[in-house]
Amino acid sequence: MTQPMTLTNPSTDIRHQLPAEQEMSSTTGKKSSRVQKETLMEIRRVSKRFDEALAVDDVSLTIRRGEIFALLGGSGSGKSTLLRMLAGFEKPCEGQILLEGKDISRTPPYERAINMMFQSYALFPHMTVAENIAFGLKQDKLPKAEIRERVAEMLKLVHMEGFAKRKPHQLSGGQRQRVALARSLAKRPSLLLLDEPMGALDKKLRTEMQLEVVEILERVGVTCIMVTHDQEEAMTMADRVAIMSDGWIVQVGSPVDVYESPANRMVAEFVGTVNLFAGEIVMDEADCCVIDSPELGRRIRIDHGISTPADERGVWVAVRPEKTLLSLEQPKGDFNWAAGTVEDIAYLGGLSVYYVRTEQGHLVKVSLANTTRRSERPGWDDEVYIHWDERSAVVLRD
Amino acid sequence: MSAPISQRLQRWFRPRRGWVIAVPLLWLTLFFLLPFGIVLKISLSEAAIAIPPYSAIVNVGAETVSLVVSFSNYLFLMSDSLYVAAYWGSLKIAFVATLACLLIGYPMAYAMARAPAHWQLVLLLLVMLPSWTSFLIRVYAWMGILSNNGLINNTLLWLGLIDSPIRMMNTNFAVILGIVYAYLPFMILPLYANLTRLDGSLLEAASDLGSRSFNTFLKVTLPLSKGGIIAGSMLVFIPAVGEYVIPELLGGPNTVMIGKVLWEEFFNNRDWPVASALAMVMLALLLIPIALFHRYQSRELKE
Amino acid sequence: MRKPSFTTVMLILGLLFLYLPMLVLVFYSFNSSRLVTVWAGFSGRWYIELFRDQQILNAVWTSLRIAFFSASMAVCLGTLAAFVMVRFGRFRGKTALSSMVTAPLVMPEVITGLSLLLLFVHMAQLIGWPADRGMATIWIAHTTFCSAYVAVVVSSRLREVDLSLEEAAMDLGAPPVKTFFQITLPVIAPALAAGWLLAFTLSLDDLVIASFVSGPGATTLPMVVFSSVRLGVSPKINALATLIILTVSLATFLAWYFMRRSEAKRRIAMRMQQEG
Repeated sequence: MTQPMTLTNPSTDIRHQLPAEQEMSSTTGKKSSRVQKETLMEIRRVSKRFDEALAVDDVSLTIRRGEIFALLGGSGSGKSTLLRMLAGFEKPCEGQILLEGKDISRTPPYERAINMMFQSYALFPHMTVAENIAFGLKQDKLPKAEIRERVAEMLKLVHMEGFAKRKPHQLSGGQRQRVALARSLAKRPSLLLLDEPMGALDKKLRTEMQLEVVEILERVGVTCIMVTHDQEEAMTMADRVAIMSDGWIVQVGSPVDVYESPANRMVAEFVGTVNLFAGEIVMDEADCCVIDSPELGRRIRIDHGISTPADERGVWVAVRPEKTLLSLEQPKGDFNWAAGTVEDIAYLGGLSVYYVRTEQGHLVKVSLANTTRRSERPGWDDEVYIHWDERSAVVLRD
Repeated sequence: MSAPISQRLQRWFRPRRGWVIAVPLLWLTLFFLLPFGIVLKISLSEAAIAIPPYSAIVNVGAETVSLVVSFSNYLFLMSDSLYVAAYWGSLKIAFVATLACLLIGYPMAYAMARAPAHWQLVLLLLVMLPSWTSFLIRVYAWMGILSNNGLINNTLLWLGLIDSPIRMMNTNFAVILGIVYAYLPFMILPLYANLTRLDGSLLEAASDLGSRSFNTFLKVTLPLSKGGIIAGSMLVFIPAVGEYVIPELLGGPNTVMIGKVLWEEFFNNRDWPVASALAMVMLALLLIPIALFHRYQSRELKE
Repeated sequence: MRKPSFTTVMLILGLLFLYLPMLVLVFYSFNSSRLVTVWAGFSGRWYIELFRDQQILNAVWTSLRIAFFSASMAVCLGTLAAFVMVRFGRFRGKTALSSMVTAPLVMPEVITGLSLLLLFVHMAQLIGWPADRGMATIWIAHTTFCSAYVAVVVSSRLREVDLSLEEAAMDLGAPPVKTFFQITLPVIAPALAAGWLLAFTLSLDDLVIASFVSGPGATTLPMVVFSSVRLGVSPKINALATLIILTVSLATFLAWYFMRRSEAKRRIAMRMQQEG
């Protein structure tokens, strides 16, 4: 039994500001061992229009068997519409959806081997927990004994054995979610859809259930596509994440990919927080490049070339707060630093975030892990320097 | 799950959706919309001694089809002061009764909406219960109370406050009282529904910003309950204009209301074309209030 | 004791205004005198006479039958109309349908009655049906205006029902028709019951429309009461009124009692769940 999620730290809401590189790569490394290369679902150039408004715009995706895939985006990004098309509640205007090689884009929801867990859970209020779980099986006309057996198995899976006779309104939020999950898994769907799976839970329960749901999904080995607006949730639960915006898929990749190598400025800002400096490329070679940034008041050096076309010199340099360093002495060299004053300090327990106003008037966020108790740290209005390693920054475009 | 089956299913399902829509639509068209067309048609024909008692508009002759449309019924309505007075009297009485319902019903609905949660259902049932009994009997109750030897007059005579009974039965006052009594629940219900939805924090915000309670009522509560006021008023005003039972039982010879006139034209004089014309003119007069009510109702349904 | 507010006083006075005349009716139904307004001692003779009056008893039976069938049909039609309006998105004729559903709520009864009678006369001329007007025509008329009320009651409930309940059922393999009967109907069942009861009382209570569309064969209770009341006050009607008020009050009380009990049960279950 792989249980990699113990590495998440429930006490902080800024998990990705922790120096998390190692943890995350090990996490995804373990999970991907059960993901197979085989394609389960293919979404081919799907578009959906509502009264001329384009909700989903020419989206293509490939889902591998066994993986947990997250669609991450803000409201109105088209992620829910895409999910509803996969479930069959909306029909794509253009394009195809293939499940195991067969086109299902016109198949009604009740004939698809896909089940969904709804954001509101949608438990039938007039049925008991056991009847809810049995509902889908009864539609398939399974023999009574088999239904009973399968319901018991599902209840055990979600640790709800004692609640079979309860009605949904007699359950707590977390319990309802377990029942909803059991109901959507009961038919052994080839694909499970989760619509904002933690949306109806409070924060504390959310972190707890994220781990539990992933554990259950892994035990069952079902392929899963989830929709969420919560980047933390997507990165905790998913093997791969697709960032959606305005009906487009902006980037697809592992949580490490989208966090450490965002495709553009929008992804960098949407996933975690980032310090951005506008600049212009003045030198671009195979092993390094130099960017002139008036915002920093100094040049920025990066340890690799970026091979830009000659007419697109304007770029953004992004540095994550946890990779931005703070010191009281002036850093050596002519690159990648600025002088400033500490304007504000947010103490968040596990780490502190410093807001440093540079001499150029730019506000830079620096996060420091609080590894020792009450150590000597810069205080309010102290004169400090921010700087970063030339391997830490990423060059982005709009 | 192959494509042909699903396509077949879809083809089979599409027309069914149409059938589900068609059933209520056809029923209402046949038994609600179409009858108005027939009323319009008959209002344009002439009265005749026949069964049914009106002339045909379309005459199919040997070679020709002639259309005889007559506006004489409408001209007749205009020329006879009785009908004009009846329309005017109906509108006046309905208006006064609606206003009275609003003035009594609004504070009642307000108190209900502000009552403790476990009292609200009881109060709502108490207000609605009379309307579930019997309209006719509730009007009848006032006959025993208002008549010359009724409860009120007897009590007043016994107390020595009056020497001879006050005439209350068979007056416009009795009709208005009867309408207010019968229709009050229909005024309170939409007002209450509207006022319970009013966010209490709005009132707190207003008083926090220094507004006194009466000012808050005028500037916040009243404008926000506009929808309820319109719905309640229309639910009282429109049926009251066409009311027949109340003027018949409580009204007197001076009470001319259009519902009663129409009834008498139809049942006593057996003049179907004039009765139809009366109904069409009444409908035309009520078109704006009905449209107002419909707009409120469909907005309510959309929310 | 806090000074009661103006609105509370109005509420109490308003309720007195609503209930006092009915109490007077009930009180005088036990009067032994034929004169309703003069108290002459307690007596139950008007109840006995009421139950001997074959005309009234027949009318009660006719009215109950019409009300039962009208309410049942109105629930079918009204629920269908509500479902179509709330769940079917946009379609041709939606505006027409929603107008025709709300209009009967405020249409003056004389207009509805007259127009339906003229329709029936025309139909009889064109297709030979209905040859005689009576229970069938009253049933059609009552079904039409009652289904409007049912549609309003049901659609407001349907709007509160989470659409994903129905989507979940389809997702789990139930086709639309099955979903409607297994999920939608049970969930809105209380609204259907409320709509049926409302339609039942409306049909029982209607005088004007029934007078227009009825024939010599069918006399409903309101028609009998009206012809008697027109001639003046009659203690037998007081006795009838008392029985009607009693029945409605009892039914309302029972409905309230069961609503409260199921609510209390639910609250206890919630508390148990929170503790356990």
